[in-house]
Amino acid sequence: MQNLAYLAPLMILFPSIGAFINFFWGNRLGERYSAIIGTVAAGLTFPVALALLSYLNANSFQAAVINPPFLNSWILIPSAGVEIGWNQRVDTLSVSMLVFISFVGTLIHLYASSYMHGDPRFPRFFAYLNMFLAFMYTLVTGNNFLMMFVGWEGVGLCSYLLIGFWWDKTRGEGWRNANAARKAFIANRIGDFGVLMAIFLIFWTFGTLDFYKPTEVANVTAMENLRSGDDHHGEGDDHSEEGSGEHEGSQIILIAEETEGEGDGHGEGEGEGEAHGAEGEEHGHAAAPVYYDNSHLTFSQLGVFNQTIALAKLKDGETLETGVISEDGIAETRGRMIDFGPFSLDIHTVLILITLFLLLGAAGKSAQIPLFVWLPDAMAGPTPVSALIHAATMVTAGVYIMVRSNVFLYYATIDGFQITSLIITIVGATTAIVAGFIAIGQFDIKRVLAYSTVSQLGFMVAAVGMGAYAAAMFHMITHAFFKALLFLGSGSVIHGVEHGHHHGHGHDDHGHGRHDDHGQHHDHAHGEHDDHSLGDHNPAVSQHADAHDAHHETPFDPQDMRNMGGLSQKMPITYWTYLIGTLALAGIYPFAGFWSKDEILADAWKLFLGDGDLRGVIALGFLIVAAGMTAFYMGRQIEMVFHGKPRTPAAENASENPWQITVPLMILAFFSLFVGFINIPSGLANIFSFGFYGTFGGHALSDFLDFSIARGHPAPPFNPIVALTALAIGIGALVLARLLYGGGRAVNADNKDPLEVDANSRDIWRIANRRMYWDEIYNAVFIMPYTRASNFLANVVDWNFFHDYFHDTVIWKGFNSIGQLLSKPFDLGIIDGIVNGVGRVTQWFSGQLRRSQTGYVRIYAIALLVGVVAVVLLMLLPAIGR
Amino acid sequence: MENTGLSLTTVTLFLPMVGLTIIAGMALLDAEKNRENFKWVAFAFSILTFFASLLMWANYNSADPALQLVQRNDWLPQYGISYYVGIDGISLLLVLLTTVITPIAVFASFRSHVIHERGREALYYGFMLLLEWAMIGVFVAQDLVIFYIFWEVTLIPMYFMIGIWGSENRVYAAVKFFLYTMAGSILMLLAMLYVGTQAGTFALPEIVNAVQSGAVSFPFDGLFSTQSFLFLGFLIAFAIKVPLWPFHSWLPDAHVQAPTAGSVILAGVLLKMGTYGIVRFCLPLFPEASVAWAPVVGGLAVIGIIYGAWVSYAQVDMKKLVAYSSVSHMGFVVLGIFALNAQGLQGATLQMINHGISTGGLFLLVGMLYERRHTKLMAAYGGIWKALPLFGAISLIVSLSSMGLPGLNGFVGEFTILMGAFGSEVLGFFFALFATLGVILAAVYTLAMFQKVYLGELDKEENKHLEPMHWQEIAVLIPILVLIFWIGLQPVGFFNTMDTSTEAIVNYVQPHIDEIVVENAASVSEAP
Repeated sequence: MQNLAYLAPLMILFPSIGAFINFFWGNRLGERYSAIIGTVAAGLTFPVALALLSYLNANSFQAAVINPPFLNSWILIPSAGVEIGWNQRVDTLSVSMLVFISFVGTLIHLYASSYMHGDPRFPRFFAYLNMFLAFMYTLVTGNNFLMMFVGWEGVGLCSYLLIGFWWDKTRGEGWRNANAARKAFIANRIGDFGVLMAIFLIFWTFGTLDFYKPTEVANVTAMENLRSGDDHHGEGDDHSEEGSGEHEGSQIILIAEETEGEGDGHGEGEGEGEAHGAEGEEHGHAAAPVYYDNSHLTFSQLGVFNQTIALAKLKDGETLETGVISEDGIAETRGRMIDFGPFSLDIHTVLILITLFLLLGAAGKSAQIPLFVWLPDAMAGPTPVSALIHAATMVTAGVYIMVRSNVFLYYATIDGFQITSLIITIVGATTAIVAGFIAIGQFDIKRVLAYSTVSQLGFMVAAVGMGAYAAAMFHMITHAFFKALLFLGSGSVIHGVEHGHHHGHGHDDHGHGRHDDHGQHHDHAHGEHDDHSLGDHNPAVSQHADAHDAHHETPFDPQDMRNMGGLSQKMPITYWTYLIGTLALAGIYPFAGFWSKDEILADAWKLFLGDGDLRGVIALGFLIVAAGMTAFYMGRQIEMVFHGKPRTPAAENASENPWQITVPLMILAFFSLFVGFINIPSGLANIFSFGFYGTFGGHALSDFLDFSIARGHPAPPFNPIVALTALAIGIGALVLARLLYGGGRAVNADNKDPLEVDANSRDIWRIANRRMYWDEIYNAVFIMPYTRASNFLANVVDWNFFHDYFHDTVIWKGFNSIGQLLSKPFDLGIIDGIVNGVGRVTQWFSGQLRRSQTGYVRIYAIALLVGVVAVVLLMLLPAIGR
Repeated sequence: MENTGLSLTTVTLFLPMVGLTIIAGMALLDAEKNRENFKWVAFAFSILTFFASLLMWANYNSADPALQLVQRNDWLPQYGISYYVGIDGISLLLVLLTTVITPIAVFASFRSHVIHERGREALYYGFMLLLEWAMIGVFVAQDLVIFYIFWEVTLIPMYFMIGIWGSENRVYAAVKFFLYTMAGSILMLLAMLYVGTQAGTFALPEIVNAVQSGAVSFPFDGLFSTQSFLFLGFLIAFAIKVPLWPFHSWLPDAHVQAPTAGSVILAGVLLKMGTYGIVRFCLPLFPEASVAWAPVVGGLAVIGIIYGAWVSYAQVDMKKLVAYSSVSHMGFVVLGIFALNAQGLQGATLQMINHGISTGGLFLLVGMLYERRHTKLMAAYGGIWKALPLFGAISLIVSLSSMGLPGLNGFVGEFTILMGAFGSEVLGFFFALFATLGVILAAVYTLAMFQKVYLGELDKEENKHLEPMHWQEIAVLIPILVLIFWIGLQPVGFFNTMDTSTEAIVNYVQPHIDEIVVENAASVSEAP
């Protein structure tokens, strides 16, 4: 079983091969084989992920670090002690992500094989999807920040390529798709700037970028519990923070200036030999020892996180030995102060900087305020892309990196106050509520889901801020299933309606496409079209331009929910699966979202009431409201899309899609129902979990993740008050949506939302509809000034001043005088002979030049050339003459 | 000790001259009849030179910090001037860059309309080889005078390439190029004469040894003292060549007006002569001045990074955009050098190569578009990825490499430089912070260009039937692509090659960093 971890490179290799084949031979293979290769390449990674999972289960959840074959170190500068490798990390955190990414990813590939049918760049699409998976796996399995960053930017690139996949659409639509893609890339690059800065800080603080070194234990407490025979699946997970504090004393050999805490550490260290022996008995393969703590490593052999723990525990002025002996035999020591060139900072301050920069990165990738504006636009990409990249996987990377950095967050404190965590909570909770609010005012089916994704990511980020890392991961996993389901469902709806539209017109063209609503420049232009769409689309530009060029008919938008209605009859599978997704997202018992959202809220409750922590208050207040909004906008969507009567011929003629589309929907619906049971809270009667509690035990996922998360806090037990309140709010919001939009009132005769018709809610609804003017504000504050300044710099400063004025007055005139000075020796005729020789050559050259261009400038230049040669010769001549 | 026999360095250096002689002979015999043959001679000799440089790499021992493959023959012994060539890791990598870029530039000229129309192939390809000779000479010269001669000689063929085979404003651009470089060179010449006279020899390694041992000293007393003036004398010459902001205004003209191959060589190799010069002369000869001036030069580099990127965004001409992006990219190189640590220096050297590859690649691509449509204005294109699928894909890769996507070459260099700048004892956090902002801006202008040219609807009639890529065009881009991925994924070999050499240079400077920075810190703490 030990060797199963060495399969990890295959996670990256399979999709890379798939991408490679489709890039180079895709067009020759044809649609069918191209889809098969793409889907199989994705599908093969799922069993590999399961194999890695079984490796962990069989090896006491001990992480493995794998060096992929054929790749040496990446950046290696021996003289500066820089070594950054291509290493993969198989631990409970990375494997949790691998399993759900590969599963959802495969289904989406299958779905795309039908959805993208007929697209001229079909193989290219699969190549990009495969490439995306390869980068995503790189991101998740990288064992250092830089390899993670390769995946991080790689997925950003694939996102760019896929958002702009239909860049060639007519009537300006392709251009707007490309704009959306560019916007996404640049917003992400702003985040990447943060990640890069964090990486530099980390490197100069710790001298390495590795999360953990091989054989290093991430969470000593969890491993100790495992050894001491605690049933780690049981209730024994309430190990206190203090407890873990004591254990970690043993992580490193601390020699100098021990404190009380480290006293225990030695005791643990002595037990090391036993530990290894015991392990050998338990698992019967001595070849791969399981380490329960890090006493076999010195400080300098630790990864960044355990170094952080060791440094953060030091008191002022205290030092520890790094285990490195310098050339003159002095043992190196480290204290809490970190030197950066001219600066010197306390480790806690450094960690605050690191985590704030990482937060900027996470805000870019996981679409949080202030960088979330790219994600709604990213819906310009084909729907499978929205499902895979912009809902289930890539956008969770920001949450992942923060969960990974839990140790940093824990110690990023000012006087013991976790300042970054507070900021993260505020960012997440605010994003959840802002995006939830905007979603209520949208008519585009995918745009509602996009804002919903932003909002749900806000939940995860808020959970990270509260230190509830396992809860964040849990919500990430359940969200991946039900949001992928909803996106694929929306794709199915769009496809169905589109088909209905073509059917109604006797066409069977497949021109999918997305109506990107607002390219950065168009908002002002039609901001006044309130009654139709409030600038949501430009009626002159339809995604069906291709198909309808010849018809000159009113453009039709198959993504506009106002064009739908009554689809539950036409597309029953889509309807029922969509409904399941909705209930899961709304957090209705027993669907997946109920469990994960409840865990985040229970955490907030515990922080608030238990510890009186400010983060708890913010998160609880904001997230409960956001949860209510979630249920409301999803209820609204169900009513608008599926209930009532069809409002257009297209909806009238819509029909269910083929199996490649419906089967993934059904599978995802199944998991949206049941995936929540992987982490049922403890303290809940078995009957409420349909017996899953008895099978998995409580908090199975939390306990599993615990081995990778050293500084999480224990998952809270079931909290009936929070659960029932949230459930009541969720159901209440769904009922409210039904009352407002149900029974054929989804939109009124003018295609207006009931909330807009009602004078009481009109103004606030319009703000939601206009997306709170984020894009307009950014355009006015950042984009326009940048562009203007750019033009000013280029035309006035650079061209008029540097290029013309500076050149003409300073350089040119200066040269004039120097040239005269230099030409004096010629005038004096000192070196006639040589000059004549040179002159003949020059004459010939200038003759060559004259043939192509005339003008006095050239003569000047030649004179200068001669001048140079003369200077050199002058310098040498006396020597020759001697 | 000194090797007076024929060394591989000399062989590599003079192979282009052999080619030049053959071309000259053919031209004298029958220029008209041999018209189609000149290019093949030039190509063959540039390839031979490339193989010779590979042999140099094979014979180079990266564990040994000393100068290798040395040849030294007396020339003017009474002045201490000798023909003295040899390589260390940094020289070697730049020689390799030269010998890779030159055949690419020669081969890319085969299909150029301009050369076809204006004729004079013998002259053109002769200049190419002359240029290669001089460029290699700059990188292998170990004697100040020899260096200066090679340095000046590079001007002549480039001047004529721009002036004869350039676009509309070619003479203006050629003269400007010439003037700017000359202006700096004169200062450098004076500084060199002073250094040589003081040391009694023009052999660089000997002067460096003398400076290190204290046998020769250039008095240093703050930002304005003898050593600092000498330092500036060299630095300004190099800064103009790089070009470091604000000495860059010759570059857009030269690039826009030069023929494709000229731009490729200019961006690919000639600019690196400036940064190479800083590493080779400024740091070891004037370590104290380098330390003292590092924040100033680093500051100019950071301004250049942001300024270049910002100005690029407003450009409408592709070549001009790429030219300004060079100002930004070369700013990174200078920043890395003046980080004065191993990361910065190695990153800078690698980035010189990376910039040569990716910017050279971009100029090739722009040139290929120019051959088809005879315009470099982005507005004339749009959506041409559809018309030229392979071309679009290659352009995307080269653009991404230029904007520093991890996994491609540009990132490795930029990352290492920024890491060095961040941890540098003379630069530090804020330099790295602002330089890293340049990474965002690079995405802004690169993606804007890519979108304007390749994305959107293919709506212009004349773009709909662009000639597909010729095999020669694909062939010329293959080495670029290979290097982009090779350096991006496995740069270890490159780092290893230069490791001991950069370590030696860092060791020259390091004691003075301790001295000067610690002194400053002490004076700051004493102040209150």
